[in-house]
This record gives sequence, structure tokens and C-alpha cells, in this order.
Amino acid sequence: MEIERTEPASIDPVGELFSSPDVDAARAFFAAKPRTLTSKLMTVAEAVDRFIHDGDYLASGGFGGVRIATAVLHEVVRRRRTHLGFAGHTATHDFQILAAGRCFDRCDAAYIVGLELRGLSPCARRYMESGEVRVAEWSNATLGWRFKAAAMGVPFLPVRTLLGTGTFEKSAAKRIRCPFTGLTLAAVPALFPDVGIIHVHRADIYGNAQVDGIGIADWDLARASKRLILTTERIVSTGEIRAEPSKTLVPYWLVDAVCHVPYGSFPGNMPYEYYSDEAHLAEWMEAGKTQAALDRFLDKYIHGPREFAEYLELAGGEKRLAELREMEPLRR
Amino acid sequence: MPEHNRRYNLMELMVTVAARQLENGKTAVIGTGMPLAAAMLAQKTRAPHLITLFEAGSVAPQLVKLPLSVADSFTQTGALMHQTMNEIMEACQRGVVDYTFLGGAQIDCYGNLNSTFIGGDWRKPKVRLPGSGGANDLASLCWRTLVIMPHDRKHFVSKLDFVTTPGYLTGPDAREAAGLPPGTGPYRVIGTLALMGFDPESKRMRVEALHPGVTPEDVVADTGFEMQFADPLPVSEEPTDEELAILRNEIDPERRIIGRS
Repeated sequence: MEIERTEPASIDPVGELFSSPDVDAARAFFAAKPRTLTSKLMTVAEAVDRFIHDGDYLASGGFGGVRIATAVLHEVVRRRRTHLGFAGHTATHDFQILAAGRCFDRCDAAYIVGLELRGLSPCARRYMESGEVRVAEWSNATLGWRFKAAAMGVPFLPVRTLLGTGTFEKSAAKRIRCPFTGLTLAAVPALFPDVGIIHVHRADIYGNAQVDGIGIADWDLARASKRLILTTERIVSTGEIRAEPSKTLVPYWLVDAVCHVPYGSFPGNMPYEYYSDEAHLAEWMEAGKTQAALDRFLDKYIHGPREFAEYLELAGGEKRLAELREMEPLRR
Repeated sequence: MPEHNRRYNLMELMVTVAARQLENGKTAVIGTGMPLAAAMLAQKTRAPHLITLFEAGSVAPQLVKLPLSVADSFTQTGALMHQTMNEIMEACQRGVVDYTFLGGAQIDCYGNLNSTFIGGDWRKPKVRLPGSGGANDLASLCWRTLVIMPHDRKHFVSKLDFVTTPGYLTGPDAREAAGLPPGTGPYRVIGTLALMGFDPESKRMRVEALHPGVTPEDVVADTGFEMQFADPLPVSEEPTDEELAILRNEIDPERRIIGRS
């Protein structure tokens, strides 16, 4: 049966493509990545030093304020990394931290600036309204599927969203016709971040890592990322991983660094462990209202502390963390 | 909205009217904020078997308290399954999801939504907003889109600053011409003045029911485009004491949503 369809007249997208969907270059990179079973346990400072460089494209796991690698984000700001690319995929507090440090200058935006029900981040807004950041618009699914295309090792995926909107016009997607059905589809290009950062519930020293609860985009993000830094609530034995392999997010050969960071998602929520610290997030939002207040806030909480544990102490310490554990509805 | 009403505020009215649009035995991906409160109220009243899905990956949770994020632990309690964002979005694309329920900063007569920026231009916006999040995907792929938004000229505009999320785009057949799945589109808009739907022929927004004490003139005065009206035009049922009690005591005791009125 001949299927006739007229091509829609909408404008071709003009958004920038900030990373190459070259799957053969990615294959070559992954082919050369060592698979040896060695300890990758290191401090967050060492991981950022070794694996996150100025100009890299960074992707943050979790969901903005849920299961985020806060310690790595703080260290990126502390070390004043600049000119990063950033995947603003369900990015909320993670985005706010990097915007406060003015660490990125290009951004694939699906969800940025806001902290969901908590409102818009003043410091993130100021940075995004300055005109200093190059933006391409996407959506949560299309950024997720861009990671998925990369994880699959294909240069794009055909999808049925974005079409007909301003979001499409300001993306770097392309309109294509399905060779089988004649349908109009959006082709979204594979996204291979230089570095992915993910916070997990447990990992062994080699990088075998497990997550409890929803997966968000981390399965694909972990496989799409050329280098992968994990922070973990607990370091466990490989035996503990093998006892429940269906919970494993990544096997060790995908991982470059394992950092032991208890309460590593603070002030974000860590399902099954602790709830988000709304008071501290409100303090962040308040401090962001003026540059002077933000500078003092960053000095106190990010530039001052030598490591994440010191930040936790400043933000309320054991007493506050115990309260957040108490508030967590999935806590076992 | 009559000034003398002391029994409920506008947020409570909106959430209650919104909750009544959701059906038992249907699947719905729920957005953050007011949509979430409405879905919880629906489950605790007329639609206990409404199947809620969350874009971050939670499937059919038993919601006990208002989540602050569509990914947080309160979306995951008692779930049938913990999946991933791509899996939820793929279910929408496959045609399994009946409803989605969204908010936004601006809406036009065809139900198109803006949540990307207000004022200035895209490269240097006056107010940068979050962008699509999952809204573009959900409104493209779910069968019926519900929108909840305060009703005034700031929100109901003749021209969006940016088309983040598709409604009926430029009118009849425009979604299909753009390549979006046939048979999808905006279904209901719940505002502070009225419950709205879309004319099946013109795909333009029309008032289906006025909230108590609201006149058609009030709606016209607060709408930036030419609003249509169904005939006959019923009045929205007021929130019952039971609905208000559940909303205030169980769903939003901290008044995060209903306290915004």
C-alpha cells in the first residue's frame, strides 16, 4: 500500500549540537577503556582532578534534587572548572550549584532553573538571563533518548515528540520520514557526555554499583558517558553485589572513579535513606537573590570546607541528618 | 469568585474541579505541584483506581503525602514497579497512557503551553523558566492532556512568548500535519474562573462550566484571546466538606499548594 503524506511546513531546527553523535569515535574510545579489575576508590577531589577538565561536557545523574552527586558538583565549583557543557536533564539543585559557580557555558536544556514545587532558583535564573550561556532546547524524554541512542551505539533515535513546537525549532533534532510507514518523526542525536556523575546506594571498590528505587535516566546515562564518576553511600564487598545482581546499575568496567560519600545526595533526597533538606534548599534560594549574598554563601559552604563531611557539619551535622533519615518514607 | 465565600479558596476550588476530571481505571502521568494534589484527591475520593505514573520512573505508587518532586521518595511509596524515565515516556509513545496533567506559565486558545521564557528573546530572556521538562513529550504522546493554571491575562494570552509544549498548534489537523500521533491533544483546562474544553471543530478553547459566582463577562475580561462558551453553560460543583478536609488534612497539610491563593 502506498502511503502518501505531505511534509509539514514548519521551520528546521536551529539549535546548536554541543557534542558529536559520532558512534565510531565513541566505539574507539570505549574499545580503549581498560577493563582491568583494579580499585578505583579515591577522594572526590582526586576524581574531579583526574576526570573533569575545563571544556568537558558533563551529565549529572538522578533527578535534580533526588539522588544527585552533590559532592562532585561542589568540587567542580571549588576547583573553578569553567567552559563545561552541561546536560540540563531534570536538572534542579545540581543545575543551581553549577550555575552559582558559572561552571558551564553551553547547555542542553530539558528542565533547568526551576526546583519544581520550590520555585525558580534566583542564581540560576540570573546566569541564564545574562546571555552568557549557549542553549539548545530539549525535553526530558528526548534528552533521555539521546543518552539511550548513545548507550545503544546508534547515532540517533526516531521519536514522536518535539514536533511542531518552538522547543523543536530551538533543538538540534531533525525532521525525518520513516522509510517504512511514511510517518514524520524527530531524529534525536546520540549524546555521549565526556563525564557522567552518579550517586548510588552501594558500590564495591572496583565500581560495581547498585541503586534502589526508580532509575530515572541513569541506566542510559552511565552507558553513554565516556568517563563515569560514582559517589556512593556505602562501600560493600563484591559478594554483596553478586547476591542481588538485578539491582546492579553498572558493572565495574564502565566506571572510572568510586568515591565513598555518605549523605552524598544532601541536601537532595536519597530514596530509602534520607529526605531532602527543604530548609537548606530554601537557604540556597534565598542566598542566590544577590551576587554578594551568593558569594558569602559559596565561601561558607563550598569554598571553605576541605571536604564534603565538613559541609554536612556546617549544614546541621548529625542532628539534622538524623531528622532527614526520620522523614524518609521508604527507610527500612 | 464571590468575595463573601469563606469556605474554600481558589486553589482549593481548582484542585477539586481538576480531581473530578480524572477517571477510575485509567493511566495518568502526573506533573509536579497542583496536578499532583488533584490526582491524590481523585484517588482519595471518586477514582481510587486511577493509575498514577511519574515521569522519573515510579509506577502506580500508593501516595501518602504530597511529593515535592516527581522523582522523590513520596512518589515511590507502595509502587507496583520502579522503572526509568525512558520506560515511562516509551509507554506514553506506545499509546498506553490515557491522561497527562500539566501546569505552565502561558496558554493560548489552542491549548499550546509556554514554560520556557517570558519577555526579551530566547537568547537573552527577561525571565528564563525551566523549559519543557517532560511536558512537551507528555502532551505529544498521552491521549488526553489536562492543564491547570490560574485564569488571568498574564496566563491566558493571545500569543505565547514561546511554544514549549504542543496543544492543537495552529488549529484543526495541525498536530497530525506536524507528525504528532493522531487522536491526541488538550482535553480540559482547569482555571480559577472556569472549567474549559476545546471545540471539536475549531479546536479553540471554550468554557464548559463556570465556577460559582463567575459570569461569562468575568472570563472575557481575564482572557487575552477570544474565548468561546458552550451552550448550555452549567456551574461547577463546589468543593464538598469532605473534599476540603482531605485536601487540607491529608494531602497538603503544609499548605504548599492550597496556601498560594
